[in-house]
Amino acid sequence: MQQVNERKITRRMNIRILRNDISKYIFLLSTLFGLAVLSILIYRIFSEGVGSFNLDFLTGKLSTQPERAGIMGAILGTAWLMFVVAPVTMFLGVGTAIYLELYAKKGFLQSFIQTNIANLAGVPSIVYGILGLTVFARAMDFGNIVLAGGLTMSLLILPIVIVASQEAIRAIPSTLSEASYGMGATKWQTIQNIILPVALPGILTGAILALSRAIGETAPLVVIGIPALLIPFPDGIFDKFTVLPMQIYYWTLDSALLAEYANLAAATIIVLLIALFILNSTAIMIRNKFQHKF
Amino acid sequence: MLNINSNVPQKNDVRIRELIEEKRQSRNFKGIVEKLIPSFLLVIATLSILTTAGIVYTLLSETVQFFKRVPFLDFFTGTALKPLSQTPEFGILPLLMGTITSSLIAMVVAGPIGLMAAIYLSQYASERVRKVFKPLLEILAGIPTIVYGFFAFTFVTPLLRTLIPGLEATNILSPGIVMGVMIIPMIASLSEDAMSSVPSSIREGALALGSTKLEVTKKVIIPAALSGIIASFVLGISRAIGETMIVTIASGSTKNFTFDITQSMQTMTAYIVEVTGGDAPAGSTVYYSLYAVAMTLFIFTLLMNIGARKISRKFREEY
Repeated sequence: MQQVNERKITRRMNIRILRNDISKYIFLLSTLFGLAVLSILIYRIFSEGVGSFNLDFLTGKLSTQPERAGIMGAILGTAWLMFVVAPVTMFLGVGTAIYLELYAKKGFLQSFIQTNIANLAGVPSIVYGILGLTVFARAMDFGNIVLAGGLTMSLLILPIVIVASQEAIRAIPSTLSEASYGMGATKWQTIQNIILPVALPGILTGAILALSRAIGETAPLVVIGIPALLIPFPDGIFDKFTVLPMQIYYWTLDSALLAEYANLAAATIIVLLIALFILNSTAIMIRNKFQHKF
Repeated sequence: MLNINSNVPQKNDVRIRELIEEKRQSRNFKGIVEKLIPSFLLVIATLSILTTAGIVYTLLSETVQFFKRVPFLDFFTGTALKPLSQTPEFGILPLLMGTITSSLIAMVVAGPIGLMAAIYLSQYASERVRKVFKPLLEILAGIPTIVYGFFAFTFVTPLLRTLIPGLEATNILSPGIVMGVMIIPMIASLSEDAMSSVPSSIREGALALGSTKLEVTKKVIIPAALSGIIASFVLGISRAIGETMIVTIASGSTKNFTFDITQSMQTMTAYIVEVTGGDAPAGSTVYYSLYAVAMTLFIFTLLMNIGARKISRKFREEY
């Protein structure tokens, strides 16, 4: 039997430990790389945009002159879009989740719907745009109004809301619903009075995160055809509209011709990032404060 | 009020009968609600199937129209895409080239960096460090793609042009890199999940035999988590293929069929944006080409997503 050569091992050991230490720092650097880019990105956007970011910009109308342009129309458009997207996705998403988790029998239909939702989550957003263009904007003849954009966006984020709601419902221990059945409550009464209230924080967290995806999404709206023209402020879901990401898109393209537009785009990004920050903090707050722990 | 311990049973008996009768009547209505609700929810749930059906139907019906005008082979083997020229040509190869090139560049960035970040977070970092780094990295995934597009166009491209003199103002390299940055958190978090789910007994066994953490990672963790890691890469590529705004803004609309990454190239997604933005009249060949390209894109990403799920399901069965 071969004896262990202690000296040889000690010598090899030093190299191995050294390799381990070096690679540890390479791995750490890779982790930091993403964060470094993130800081540069945020620094760049604020340094470019902060000069244009003021009250006139926030409350002003679009203008052909960069120094007079404002984004109130885009802010209102985004708000109206969310006014459509939020209720539609909540209703459809939670409804589907309740069906799949509480009513559907394990079997072909249930697993078919489940697989289908997983596949939908991976469909590129621009394909949803084409669906919206063909079905809502053209076949239903809505044109490029808030309702068409909102329904398209709703379909886009629906898988996220469904999956989040399913997880929230699944996390409820069965003792709760069994206690409710034991008291003589029917299934729907149990869902209404026990399951939904308990699952609500989880559902809301998921829904808010999905909304923040919809707020930043551009591609489907480009496809539906949101104009770069000056349009009046939208007053309802049947008006033509523009949203913050669309404004960023057009101003970024214009910045190749006139550098000031880059500042406007950056200032609009600041507004968008602030909106996302508020939404995400709300979601985290709801999760931490109201999430039931079992 | 009903009092069970009452001394006057007859009186209560009547009261209970009344109550039961009352209950039965209200249950009739409730029973109907109770029966209707599952069917109602089923209708809602089938809406997601309807969405898929809608996507497939719209894409398919218009794609069929397209192939009535442009031969199937010409579309998939044509190296020239000139939709608006006098003698229009519809070859998808330039778009495929742009899509594959930009996705490959993105994966060259995101693959190694995401994987190494996953290794650091799952094998080296302390619990406290991980709790700080992971959410910070997730922020990268939450930033809207339009913001990345702006960043690629106004910062990364000018920066790259000082390093690479021949680089054009719109090129495929810069959006590729930025897309890579965007995908890093996705690969990092999915790979980390795969590596963390390797049973710690295996890992500790290797450590007890005297391996360093690097050796454990290389020889035990990565082989064991390989299918999960591959699945994360496939999902990353699929994400890059479907990404629209970054490439639309930063890579321009030149339909180059080339391997030169310093030039402007158009991806499938960017072509869709260009055609829909240009108000192609419904019924024209250009209009139908939109659907043929979207169909190709849809099939590409669908196959990759299904593939990734198959791979990662296989990996789950290992332990």
